[in-house]
Amino acid sequence: MSIILDKINYCYSPDTAYQIQALKDINLTIDDGEFIGIIGHTGSGKSTLIQHLNGLLKATSGHIYVNGQDIYDEDYDMRDLRNHVGMVFQYPDHQLFETTNFEDVCFGPKNQGLDRQTVELRAYEALRSVKFPEDLYYQPPFDLSGGQKRRVAIAGVLAMKPQVLILDEPTAGLDPAGRDEILDLIANMHKELGITVILVSHSMEDVAKYVDRIIVMNQGSVMYDGVPKEVFHHYQELEEVGLAAPQVTYLMHELRSQGLEVDLDATTVEEAAESIVKALK
Amino acid sequence: MIRDITIGQYYPADSAIHKLDPRVKLFATLLYIVALFCFKGIAGLVIITLFLLGAIKLSKVPFSFMVKGLKSIVILVLFTSLFNLLFTPGDVVLWKYGVFQISDTGITNAVLMTIRLIYLILGTSLMTLTTTPNQLTDGLEKSLSFLNKIHVPVHAIAMMMSIALRFIPILIEETDKIMKAQMARGADFEHGNLIQKAKNMIPLLIPLFVSAFRRADDLAMAMEARCYNGGSGRTKMKPLTYTKQDGIAYLIMFLFFAMVIVARIFVPFPQ
Amino acid sequence: MSIIKAKQLVHEFIRRDEEGNVESITTALDHVDLKVKQGQFIAILGHNGSGKSTLAKHINALLAPSEGSLWVDGMDVSEEENVLSVRQSAGMVFQNPDNQIIASVVEEDVGFGPENIGVPTDEIWERVNYSLKSVGMTKYRNHSPNKLSGGQKQRVAIAGVVAMEPKCIVFDEPTAMLDPNGRKEVIATAHELNRKKGVTILLITHYMEEVVDADYVYVMEKGNIIMEGTPREIFSRVAELKQHRLDVPQATLVAEELRKKGVRIPAGILTREELVEAILKVKK
Repeated sequence: MSIILDKINYCYSPDTAYQIQALKDINLTIDDGEFIGIIGHTGSGKSTLIQHLNGLLKATSGHIYVNGQDIYDEDYDMRDLRNHVGMVFQYPDHQLFETTNFEDVCFGPKNQGLDRQTVELRAYEALRSVKFPEDLYYQPPFDLSGGQKRRVAIAGVLAMKPQVLILDEPTAGLDPAGRDEILDLIANMHKELGITVILVSHSMEDVAKYVDRIIVMNQGSVMYDGVPKEVFHHYQELEEVGLAAPQVTYLMHELRSQGLEVDLDATTVEEAAESIVKALK
Repeated sequence: MIRDITIGQYYPADSAIHKLDPRVKLFATLLYIVALFCFKGIAGLVIITLFLLGAIKLSKVPFSFMVKGLKSIVILVLFTSLFNLLFTPGDVVLWKYGVFQISDTGITNAVLMTIRLIYLILGTSLMTLTTTPNQLTDGLEKSLSFLNKIHVPVHAIAMMMSIALRFIPILIEETDKIMKAQMARGADFEHGNLIQKAKNMIPLLIPLFVSAFRRADDLAMAMEARCYNGGSGRTKMKPLTYTKQDGIAYLIMFLFFAMVIVARIFVPFPQ
Repeated sequence: MSIIKAKQLVHEFIRRDEEGNVESITTALDHVDLKVKQGQFIAILGHNGSGKSTLAKHINALLAPSEGSLWVDGMDVSEEENVLSVRQSAGMVFQNPDNQIIASVVEEDVGFGPENIGVPTDEIWERVNYSLKSVGMTKYRNHSPNKLSGGQKQRVAIAGVVAMEPKCIVFDEPTAMLDPNGRKEVIATAHELNRKKGVTILLITHYMEEVVDADYVYVMEKGNIIMEGTPREIFSRVAELKQHRLDVPQATLVAEELRKKGVRIPAGILTREELVEAILKVKK
């Protein structure tokens, strides 16, 4: 499922004193099966951007083509779009409401008009693919830990069998162990289910080691778009807009400026250590 | 949408009205409402209109901002005026169909009702726009403190009000987010009949309640941590004291009210 | 003299069913010993559910110990009549910035605490003024908290605590809901209060990089203190930290990796600058 954004602009409260231009001339192409990280600090427009991808917000101007079709065409079925572009919001508490976790995951497929058997099958599959412990299937969602709630929320969207999965800060409020688990899980899902995954985050370090492509948002525009190593070359510019490249990037640049011939492209701890050892020999 | 509601919002500005004691403003609003419902004749209307416009001008709140607040009550105004128009019997009946009739009294009633409602909203929103919720509750707390003697927990009620006001915008924003999260899962809040719509609201209301209760819990703890212990032994950062301006304001208010009454007695026409 | 002293502190959450029978008992704190000296900057690290927040709530007398004892500024927190004075000497900043701001105007919120403890009006204003100044929020004093960023809201909350003139402030995961900029703002404010005003700080967090500058670090797990020491001591035990699945700063990890590969780097590297220096020394 390819998504093309063509000159997307978006304004909050247009024609008033509170008018804010949240997106400015966004042009993007998202191809099938990509694993993308959208990075930006609060207010950079990243959340606004992703809400356009499933039609929750309508651009003030510009076009979005999904599989070649303009989603702003009058006869375009927006609900069908939402079946294919799944979105998991920042706080799982915002979507959990049923009496059991299993029932909650059923909500999406039920809305798709599937019969009960298919709905349950989908829910079961989804909960399994997020590795949700089976003894909690029929427990209420409100007593779960943050990480487990997150899993139910993701399963709730996965059960709709989307081709594109968007996750808005899926690790917010989790501790480091919980964060790593969820990110590993998402990376795994991308590999096994072969779906397009878009991960929104304000942390470079978290996302860098998972995604294939990073889109950096700043003040409503796309600042950089490319493979992580390429984007991190601009670590000084990133720093200026309040985003930091991974610590390792800084380390490598500092060592190089001190005359040590290290590899500037290293982003992980292992790569860095190896390159330093080599340079020291 | 929901964000456009201006009633209950505060508009920060540095004006004579903003600086008035909230008790003055509360009393003035009360008097204004009474005047609004007991004036008669064009002279009374002119006095009230001038008073309202003068107050708005003094408050430095842009007129367009106030008018925007009216948008949310358009339906209510239309409804009441339509009722008045169609159901009031009168001496001269202009049109009749079944139980519906349009009479001369109906027309005047409808017009009056529309004016009263619009003026009511403008007047009360002027008060909330120029008074912070905290000042407002402070004003209420002090004005009603005599109720303490008959064991009405005035302080607790005032505290609850100000907290409610603080959290309304947060909960509105949260509702918006929950709505989107559920719409992304195919929830439908727009179609279907009334019962279906009500049923569709469940995925919205439960997360909202769960979160509201959690917030209440957190907030209670945060208040306790800051030594909140009910109303006894509390001092005030902004204690209410009357100044000369407040005295003048009271004077103007009484003068205004007297004029409306005088106009009602001596120039009660037309009508 | 120690401002906080916990001795064999135990807290049990008892869950009862509808008839009042005990359903389950969770031991959130399991015989914890802790000592904090006046003016120190202490960090407590641990995962969600490690008991660190429960400990924090005891210091502010929001929870009472099930067993053992805890003194704050020389007062026993289990004594009912001490509760208010304990809360006055140990302030608390919570995780969610929205759920701890009571008033609709920044300065009125800062004044809330002093109002509660009966400070005269003139002095409230003085306190509000310097509290807002100490967190750098004077510019926003007449703003509505709803329009502020997460980090700014958290600074208002800190000002609200500072205005009560506490000897000690407990920060209970103050950055968990903030973005990187907000996190930096809050941690810098905490350090400044510690340095300039000598306020004892207890920072509870699960972010490793926030504890690097602390004087002393406790690591908690399952209601127990499993490690304690200066940040340097803690960070030189990389294997142990990893085993407890705690985040270790990348500089420390690279140093550890290099040591494994036989490069002679000292243990306990905390920052990038230290690492660069150590590597350059090896080169020579």
